[in-house]
Amino acid sequence: MADLFTTIITSPLARKAGVPQPTKLRRYTPGDPLVEGPVLVAGGGHFDTSLANRLEQAGAQVGTALEELDGRLGALVLDLSAAADPSDLVALHAIGAPAVKRLAKNARVVVLGTDPATLTDVSHIAAQRALEGFTRSLGKELRFGATANLVLATAADPALAESGVWSAVEFFLSGRSAYVDGQVVRVGDAASPSAADPLRPLAGKVAVVTGAARGIGAEIAAVLARDGATVIAVDVPQAGESLAKVANDVRGTALQLDVTTEDAGRRILEHATSRHGSLDIVVHNAGILRDKLFVNMSDDKWAAVLNVNLRSIIRMNETFLGGGGLGEGGRIVCLSSIAGIAGNRGQTNYAASKAGVIGIVEALEGQVRDRGITVNAVAPGFIETEMTKSVPFATREVGRRSNSLQQGGLPKDVAETIAWLAQPGAAAVNGQVLRVCGQSLLGA
Amino acid sequence: MARKTPAPPTRQARRVAVLGGNRIPFARAHGAYARASNQDMLTAAIDGLAARYGLSGQQVGEVVAGAVLKHSRDFNLARESVLGSRLAPTTPAYDIQQACGTGLEAAILVANKIALGQIDSGIAGGADTTSDAPIAVSEDLRKILLAANRAKKPVDKLKALAAVRPQHLAPSIPQNGEPRTGMSMGDHMAVTAEQWGITREAQDELAVASHRNLAAAYDRGFLDDLVTPFLGLARDNNLRPDSSVEALAKLKPVFGTGPNATMTAGNSTPLTDGASTVLLASEEWAKAQHLTPLAWFVDGETAAVDYVHGEEGLLMAPAYAVPRLLARNGLTLQDFDYYEIHEAFASTVLTHLKAWEDEEFCTKRLGLDAPLGAIDRTKLNVNGSSLAAGHPFAATGGRILASLAKQLRQKADETGQPVRGLISICAAGGLGVVAILEA
Ligand SMILES: NC(=O)c1ccc[n+]([C@@H]2O[C@H](COP(=O)([O-])OP(=O)(O)OC[C@H]3O[C@@H](n4cnc5c(N)ncnc54)[C@H](O)[C@@H]3O)[C@@H](O)[C@H]2O)c1
Repeated sequence: MADLFTTIITSPLARKAGVPQPTKLRRYTPGDPLVEGPVLVAGGGHFDTSLANRLEQAGAQVGTALEELDGRLGALVLDLSAAADPSDLVALHAIGAPAVKRLAKNARVVVLGTDPATLTDVSHIAAQRALEGFTRSLGKELRFGATANLVLATAADPALAESGVWSAVEFFLSGRSAYVDGQVVRVGDAASPSAADPLRPLAGKVAVVTGAARGIGAEIAAVLARDGATVIAVDVPQAGESLAKVANDVRGTALQLDVTTEDAGRRILEHATSRHGSLDIVVHNAGILRDKLFVNMSDDKWAAVLNVNLRSIIRMNETFLGGGGLGEGGRIVCLSSIAGIAGNRGQTNYAASKAGVIGIVEALEGQVRDRGITVNAVAPGFIETEMTKSVPFATREVGRRSNSLQQGGLPKDVAETIAWLAQPGAAAVNGQVLRVCGQSLLGA
Repeated sequence: MARKTPAPPTRQARRVAVLGGNRIPFARAHGAYARASNQDMLTAAIDGLAARYGLSGQQVGEVVAGAVLKHSRDFNLARESVLGSRLAPTTPAYDIQQACGTGLEAAILVANKIALGQIDSGIAGGADTTSDAPIAVSEDLRKILLAANRAKKPVDKLKALAAVRPQHLAPSIPQNGEPRTGMSMGDHMAVTAEQWGITREAQDELAVASHRNLAAAYDRGFLDDLVTPFLGLARDNNLRPDSSVEALAKLKPVFGTGPNATMTAGNSTPLTDGASTVLLASEEWAKAQHLTPLAWFVDGETAAVDYVHGEEGLLMAPAYAVPRLLARNGLTLQDFDYYEIHEAFASTVLTHLKAWEDEEFCTKRLGLDAPLGAIDRTKLNVNGSSLAAGHPFAATGGRILASLAKQLRQKADETGQPVRGLISICAAGGLGVVAILEA
């Protein structure tokens, strides 16, 4: 429900007065075309030919020069993965600027590069590192729901990286990434199989979602189920009534369980394997807020937040990554927060826990890589939920609008990103923290 | 056309598994569920069961449930609850009513059909509300209204209605009393308790144990997969974890009369609202659903006593049902790891136990050679019972059944030994329903 302030600033009068107006974002529903409008693929990098083919197979109208395409562009894919020197970036402006002028509402710009961390030559590194600054700035310039994101290949051999790059490009072009803007995703060389049924990329997978009784967790359960997964919805026993509703809605099962209990991991794993035959996807979404200025914070508030948001995840992961746990193709996705990246007044405990989550992801990446498992985090910005409804009005309104898309995200936006990371096709994305924040100014 | 010759009856009785249960927390009357109907509560209990066992959208063999206090609109309570629930609307259902034995009797009926191969799975349930109890008009007013309804012409209708007098307008609220004696259940029990010399102290001790056991069960998460919150209530709100014999000793007796009255609000169950469900199935169905049986439903028995003519106490029927069930199964009273004796009143439980130890009762009344003997009291109502949880009449059977089945499974897994439990429930009308579970 729009509150009074939102009603006023989105009124015709406010629009005339020049108050920036949020655009209704293009969000994914199964069966939607990948992009709305023709796609320009250019840049002369390692991937543009294969991506153009893939896009055509996906039903998009593709051109390699702006003149070939009519009307407003649905997307612009700039492949600069081969740029080895800052002088190679001339093309970026030459091709990019006229194309950006022709972008449609809710269009996408996806820039492709090579991960500077894999390079040695100074000019080469500088050229590739430049792409990040470019993409983040362009994201801030784009209007009408359009976004700009950067995909960096880390593999030495582009042939190995291709399927993973495509998965990321496909995500950014689609309505699934509606609220992901100004972000960088690194893609490794793990083979990333395309889904047999693109409408149900998670078919046959068993997923557990903690904190699923409401808010973002309930939406994650719904989206994973929509994509074909069997969902185990976990929440504290006190939240059982709405948890049952969520589980029944997705035709999954409800498991009333406090994730901080010692044997929570074992109980989840046992439920998954005995009832559903395996455990493939884990989404650590349960989380709490206990805001207070650091000096005024009680020991209880401090400990509770770290316990639920951080320690429980470490403990459960030990079980999930141990014997009889996640197998090849397993996925762990943790909920971090932009507060964990940027910090936030009154949230020392929360930010500590959410930064700790990033530590978990970074630490586990190497451990699980050889087993075909990935561990990633999603860091939501301002998402419209009960949690954010409890934030005081002025702070809430600032949070809601301080981003490139000038609006709060929906739980569905976070869920779509998680569902993508859970796909077999996202096998090459590991150890990443992906922000779903509309390119929030916080910690940007 | 030649008729087919019927196939020979080769079907054997099948083992029946108790797969699990779900109930809503029980609420003291006129409290948390003051505005909930039997159907609301039963539907919520079924939905929680569906969520726990992945039954959303699935058809179950049959749902058998009932309520003791029923509105006329609840004539098809079980079926209407199914239709409002997440189960497939093609799930058949029917209502039963056997006073406080309703829930367990429903389970016996479901189990029997499963055993016979008539259904593969079923849900037994029950709901009761004293907060949303049906209120009837007085008998005189009812007759006048029916007469007016029968009248054809408006003027005749008016004439019929003119007979209404102010005294007719007082509503008739259902009484927790026996129709044939006019005495409340508590007053009946008070007579029996006094006959058997059940002391106040013993009753208060039993009540305290019930509260402590249920509180401990909640604390160790035992109820996490037995209860689903409803209307904001997450635990039985009659539960007093800090209940003590000293505090209970201060209460005044509410049933019985004279200096020997021992039954207080503390050692009697309060009026309560709630609903419960239990999922039962054949082994094959359980396997196909990837569900591990908690326990096997072995056998059930019902008995009745003649309390009307003063031959026996109103709530004494289980004392008769249990020995019959034991005899049929070749068991003694001591062959059990757990006993679940419904605490209608603390004195009911104590009377049954005393009767089974009593030579005269066992030989004269039960026709046995010797007393059944004493039980190990540490095996009695180990996770609390109705004194703590409350007792929404038709919902009690399902509460006990699911809780005992889970306790048996835990014990069996822990010890690697087969285990056995006894359920005994007394009911209005001089009825008693009892059953055996094994794991
Ligand atoms: N809403 C936002 O804007 C936002 C922003 C950044 C990050 N997040 C993160 O996303 C996640 C979900 O947030 P939300 O807004 O949906 O919150 P929410 O409060 O609406 O939902 C959180 C759920 O987690 C459950 N939960 C809490 N403690 C638990 C425990 N010990 N065991 C099991 N379940 C438990 C709660 O009962 C609740 O159902 C959280 O981790 C949160 O920190 C949210």
